[in-house]
Amino acid sequence: MLNGSTFIRRELMIRIVRAFDSGALETELDQIPIKLRPKNERSSRCCVYHDRAILKYRLMALLGVSVEDEVDEAKPLSAYYAEKAWSGDDTPAKPKTPLSVCGPACSGCPDARVVSTQNCRGCFARPCVYNCPKKAIEVVDGHSVIDQKLCIKCGKCITACPYNAIVKTTVPCEEACPVGAIKKNEFGVAEIDFEKCIFCGKCFNACPFAAVMERSQLVDVLAAMKRGEKLVAMVAPAAEKQFPGKIEQLLSACAKAGFSDVMEVALGAEMTTAHETAEFIERMEKDPKTFMTTSCCPAWVNLVWKHLPELVDHVSLTPSPMVYAREIVKAKDPSAKTVFIGPCVAKRSEARRKDVDYVLSFEELGAILAGRKIDVIACEPWPVPRPANPTARNYSRSCGVTDAVLAEATGKIPGFKLDSKQINGIDRKTCTMVKLHASGKIPVNFLEVMACPGGCQNGPCSLVK
Amino acid sequence: MESVKIEICCGTACYLLGAANMMNIEDQLPAEWRDKVDIEAKTCLELCERDNLGGAPYVRINGTEIMSQATPEKLLTRIGELIEGAA
Ligand code: SF4
Ligand code: SF4
Ligand code: FES
Repeated sequence: MLNGSTFIRRELMIRIVRAFDSGALETELDQIPIKLRPKNERSSRCCVYHDRAILKYRLMALLGVSVEDEVDEAKPLSAYYAEKAWSGDDTPAKPKTPLSVCGPACSGCPDARVVSTQNCRGCFARPCVYNCPKKAIEVVDGHSVIDQKLCIKCGKCITACPYNAIVKTTVPCEEACPVGAIKKNEFGVAEIDFEKCIFCGKCFNACPFAAVMERSQLVDVLAAMKRGEKLVAMVAPAAEKQFPGKIEQLLSACAKAGFSDVMEVALGAEMTTAHETAEFIERMEKDPKTFMTTSCCPAWVNLVWKHLPELVDHVSLTPSPMVYAREIVKAKDPSAKTVFIGPCVAKRSEARRKDVDYVLSFEELGAILAGRKIDVIACEPWPVPRPANPTARNYSRSCGVTDAVLAEATGKIPGFKLDSKQINGIDRKTCTMVKLHASGKIPVNFLEVMACPGGCQNGPCSLVK
Repeated sequence: MESVKIEICCGTACYLLGAANMMNIEDQLPAEWRDKVDIEAKTCLELCERDNLGGAPYVRINGTEIMSQATPEKLLTRIGELIEGAA
């Protein structure tokens, strides 16, 4: 869904691409915040100066710089850019942490509370008072008041009130995080504990102040193209329906935008299916009571590594579609650099481990296309040597992996049965659920987990959900 | 009465800045309006340059009228005015 946060992020990206292409990015960078928020015009926050300060940080994140790492507040954006562009180093700079929280943008949302609002009419029946299990509500001067020390946030009063007078407020980022990795620090500003963070990107989507930012490789990709490097666009299966037109037209658009070659990651997914199925059959032969879980969602793999160590051995060792796609590219041309294009924050962490050079989100790709005035629907379909098969293109949907493995195995072993479960979206309950499967309390032999409800197409950086 | 002609810009800039939300506008039309509206997705209408992205996404109505910062709600209201007004 488009909102103010996505709008400003995309607008800045398009401006960066245009300024880069006109050769003026270095000189324009520091002017963008001022041009977007001229004095005497309306501001989104307290004043245009606060807005400008935050725009500077947004641009920093788009340059791939971590806002947390800032040492010199006086350092202009042009200096960050110069370091990047003229270092003469063509090894891709891969941010260690794909996310960064911008302190000045964070509004320090008040701690989660249940409060009574102006809607309260101090009624006679007082169902809130009667239904509160902790006797936390009193009516003072004709208005209900909740004692925060006693309140356990059960929400009984919320449902009881006929005037919808009682509401629960939350800290959106903390509420969204499935692993408790983002918390307000002693200054009341959100901070991510990267030891715990699984890069699911849920806080990035949840924060109404857009304080959680992605560290982008957009400018790195633009610069590499300009240096004349061979960059191959590997487009994730989730791209289907993200842009107007067909996936083959999107591939053409990528080629027009300056990629030396383009491919569907779904071709890699075909290889994942074949290997994962073989691996599954082998594991079952060794121990029919064990179970295997999928490895293509990097946020899920991060969750296991960081929070469910007892499950590590159950994670499939089969590489993800992105990794196979990279192999296909490298086999064709070892000197080519690979750019994964998808809807995912966590892929940035996987790319770092698996030697994929760059990751662009659909938004960032869109910004390059918009900046270069390339319309997907105006492009001829790319002459793919062979379209990926439909089960592979379906990988981005929840159940897609399960279906693909099932189809592959049934083809090989007639009558093959899969005792599968899908965890469709990681939240706070996921760990408990998964542990039940692991202990055998809820038997299963194939467990598919996707961090985003519905699958990758609803990823944190997808354009249409 | 002539049907109302709606051209939604699906140029990448407009698409990213909000036209994506209007792709399914056809499904949001009340049944009685369906055959009175003719909706088309267009490539860049060449308006995004004019005010430096400020007005995207754009929709062109009946060939001449330009709606900037278009949203599904704004568009539906305008379509309603044109149909009911003409009725
Ligand atoms: S949601 Fe979290 S990061 Fe966003 S403003 Fe509130 S406390 Fe800060
Ligand atoms: S990316 Fe996910 S795990 Fe990391 S802090 Fe945000 S919500 Fe929590
Ligand atoms: S992209 Fe819509 S007017 Fe150019």
